Amino acid sequence: MTRRVAITGIGAVTPLGVGVDALIDRWSAGEAAIEDGLARCSDYDPKEHLSVKAARRADRFTQLSLVACGEALAQAGWDEGEPPVDPERTGCVMGTGIGGIETIETQLAVLHERGADAVSPLAVPMMMSNAAAGVVAMRHDLKGPCYGTVSACAAGAHAIGTGLRMVQHGDAEACLVGGAEAGITPLAQAAFEGMGATSPSGISRPFDARRDGFIMGEAGAALVLETEEAARERGAEILGYVIGYGATADAHHLTAPEPKGDGAARAIELCLADAEIGPDGLDWVNAHGTSTPLNDRSETEALKRALGDERAHELPVSSLKSAIGHTLGAAGAVEAVATVLALQRGVAPPTIGWEERDETCDLDYVPGDARPLPGNGRPLRAISNSFGFGGHNAVLALEAP
Amino acid sequence: MATANKDDIQERMTEALESFGADREQIKREADWESLDVDSLDLVELAQIVEEEYGVQMKEEDMKNMKTVGDAVDFVSERAKS
Repeated sequence: MTRRVAITGIGAVTPLGVGVDALIDRWSAGEAAIEDGLARCSDYDPKEHLSVKAARRADRFTQLSLVACGEALAQAGWDEGEPPVDPERTGCVMGTGIGGIETIETQLAVLHERGADAVSPLAVPMMMSNAAAGVVAMRHDLKGPCYGTVSACAAGAHAIGTGLRMVQHGDAEACLVGGAEAGITPLAQAAFEGMGATSPSGISRPFDARRDGFIMGEAGAALVLETEEAARERGAEILGYVIGYGATADAHHLTAPEPKGDGAARAIELCLADAEIGPDGLDWVNAHGTSTPLNDRSETEALKRALGDERAHELPVSSLKSAIGHTLGAAGAVEAVATVLALQRGVAPPTIGWEERDETCDLDYVPGDARPLPGNGRPLRAISNSFGFGGHNAVLALEAP
Repeated sequence: MATANKDDIQERMTEALESFGADREQIKREADWESLDVDSLDLVELAQIVEEEYGVQMKEEDMKNMKTVGDAVDFVSERAKS
């Protein structure tokens, strides 16, 4: 029998604030943290969380990981003396889309202005996409399997799915999983703008007829996964469960999703099969919902294909990106954390700013206010979708405790 | 290029080591790298600063013989004069 995997800690640094409460309280209240077309973690000050040495040796994406992971591990009981799980049996998998791009840009300027000899010896360990996983493992002495996942905007979800399998199969007893991105830099902004992915109007309104692209966001988020059995044995509070994971590729186009949502639909189907539930076993969809014309249309198609037209129209579908923009490689992890919290509270937070129906986006996107999820005599469940440039699809199924 | 007075060199190195995260109070001539939590990556950065400020190259083999702040200050001071 497959080992059931519980979530015993969550952490997040997002544009809505530092900590998971700011994320769910403010999203549920319909507050967005987008200013001048960008969603920065402006409440995050490295001095409040990291030593001088730790901060100067970590690109911002690694810093956001460190803070989110610290929150998640503390909640799971890692910060009270002896670690609750053997360090050699604890894994660490952190996703990112781009990695240390701020470091790359800064050091490229040094190279051009002052020559090769002036390039920092910290450049490589700060820019590498696996830096977050490695640095977090060092900080908390996690000595099991440890690496990064790299799949653009699906990286955070892939990290969680990978950690889920690691724990299910016994490669580790516990795994710290998550994602981080800090890509609001001149090069990344110019590049996303150049390909027409970001919103010229500076508004994130997923699934709305007027949507015109995504808003760049930054964030870090983390979850502690361990077997339900071990969590119960040591008396840890169980915040929820990861009950399913499905991952596919579109094999279609560098950036555009397959228009009928084929790859995404298959990922949803695989996820539900893995969770051993049908479309009726779901109560909510935490959508990828980027606010780009293509994603929101093909994701809607995918939901209808995978869940059936009728069920897809019944389920509330929310996009967190309406509140914090698109946090790229962090998105899957931030959204999984938000899903855990929403299921705990029994609410579907709103897709903020949704007003105008698009004929190709005809589901219930939870406009206006957060809505209570009706109980039905079993734990609430949701899927969280993540899709990345390159055609990567990863879907997670989560369940309330 | 800065003047190569020993006190100036020590002050410049103290600034650099402090920016790496070492505690200013502990940065003394006799302090060794380990006590200041200064590792090989920090030493490469220190060498870059020294070369830029004083035109003195601190190579890897030179740094092997430098155990303390004072060793590094003396090394730079001797070469900056010649």
